Amino acid sequence: MRSDVRGYGLSAPLNLQALLTQIASEPGHHALLAGGTELMVALNTGRLGQRSLLSIQHLRELRFIRVTTDAVHIGAATTFTDIRRNETIARELPMLVKAASWTGSIANQNRGTIGGNICNASPAADTPPALLAYNASATLLSVRGERTVPYRTFHLGYKRMDMELDEILYSVSLPRAYDGWRQYIRKVGTRNAQAISKTALAGVALIRRDEIEEIRIGAASLADRPLRCASTEDALRGRSIMEADLDHTVRLGRAALAQEAKPIDDIRSTAMYRSAVAANLLEEFLRQLSS
Amino acid sequence: MKSTVQLTVNGEQRRVDVPPMKRLLDVLREDLHLTGTKEGCGEGECGACAVLMNGELVNSCLVPALQANGARLCTIEGVSTEGHLHLIQRCFLENGGAQCGICTPGMILATHHLLDKYPMPTLEQIQEGLAGNLCRCTGYMRIFDAVQKAAEAQHAL
Repeated sequence: MRSDVRGYGLSAPLNLQALLTQIASEPGHHALLAGGTELMVALNTGRLGQRSLLSIQHLRELRFIRVTTDAVHIGAATTFTDIRRNETIARELPMLVKAASWTGSIANQNRGTIGGNICNASPAADTPPALLAYNASATLLSVRGERTVPYRTFHLGYKRMDMELDEILYSVSLPRAYDGWRQYIRKVGTRNAQAISKTALAGVALIRRDEIEEIRIGAASLADRPLRCASTEDALRGRSIMEADLDHTVRLGRAALAQEAKPIDDIRSTAMYRSAVAANLLEEFLRQLSS
Repeated sequence: MKSTVQLTVNGEQRRVDVPPMKRLLDVLREDLHLTGTKEGCGEGECGACAVLMNGELVNSCLVPALQANGARLCTIEGVSTEGHLHLIQRCFLENGGAQCGICTPGMILATHHLLDKYPMPTLEQIQEGLAGNLCRCTGYMRIFDAVQKAAEAQHAL
């Protein structure tokens, strides 16, 4: 049943500093509301626990795409539509554009933000696999200052993040380092449009002399958090993708992923299906590397 | 607790005092009596409540009133001018793109947004542009036809 909106407070801090000060004065008291594509659904279905909300959608200081020599920095309140429209991201980090295009309908992409996608912390979220594969970092901000952490260590468990109660996610940064790398991303859901994934896999690999010199893999819905598949990467690094060796490399990758993945049964799929499909996606990625 | 929210709706300045988390959908329907915007799922999945906010397509069931403060809104009531149907509306009518009518306001606004971006959209662009608008009557093919006809008619103007 829908919640009674009169029981909820929402205010719009004047600027980023005012937001941080307000959060610091009552740590953990407020929920941040950006595009509302998650929290408003919770409100409409009577599941929104937090009564006091701060709107951040209007804060221009959190909505930017800044391209420097080494990295692309994306503000937390940047929408999926903003990401899809950015030429540098489209050219160099196309998996992020693909993931943004999966995130609900156009109307929801116009409102939903990358920071919301990360901080809602669903293991099934669309952008984290690409962010993990691209070796992104996350910058957190509070009145105490700023700190940057590798995104692969940001999710600590189910909906638990390396973020203090007085901190907000300020931005994510993606290295501009993938010229010549192979990239692969695929999501498997119930239908093409607007379905939350059963599983998804994103990978980048650098091939030298028919060997996997470097490989990074991110996956959705294979663990209690968005998963960087580090042991699968270890199993594949240095392996040959020559035709004669490819089956062996694929077998090693599949076995490592089966060990590493800890999917669950839920309303969208089963653990068994997720493991099987994720292994198939990995195999597809690896076979494309040799072509 | 109420907040004062000022909006420009279909070119008219409006002002309402509402709870800040009240859905824009309900502000439109209950406070401004603009009932052309429909409620379907209330979860941002069906697009029946879609409106244009500052030129961008949004689902009004997911917009808290406070976030619409200062915004320029276009609802289905603002699409036709002085009793004359907009070309997109006419193409929906003539091509069987509207049947029961519940999804139609959202479909029209999503089409508006689509044709702003892609004046001559491919079928794929039409399908993506309208993927967030569910219709249980038409089977979509007539809607895609209507959008294509509207694009051609706009092009011919």
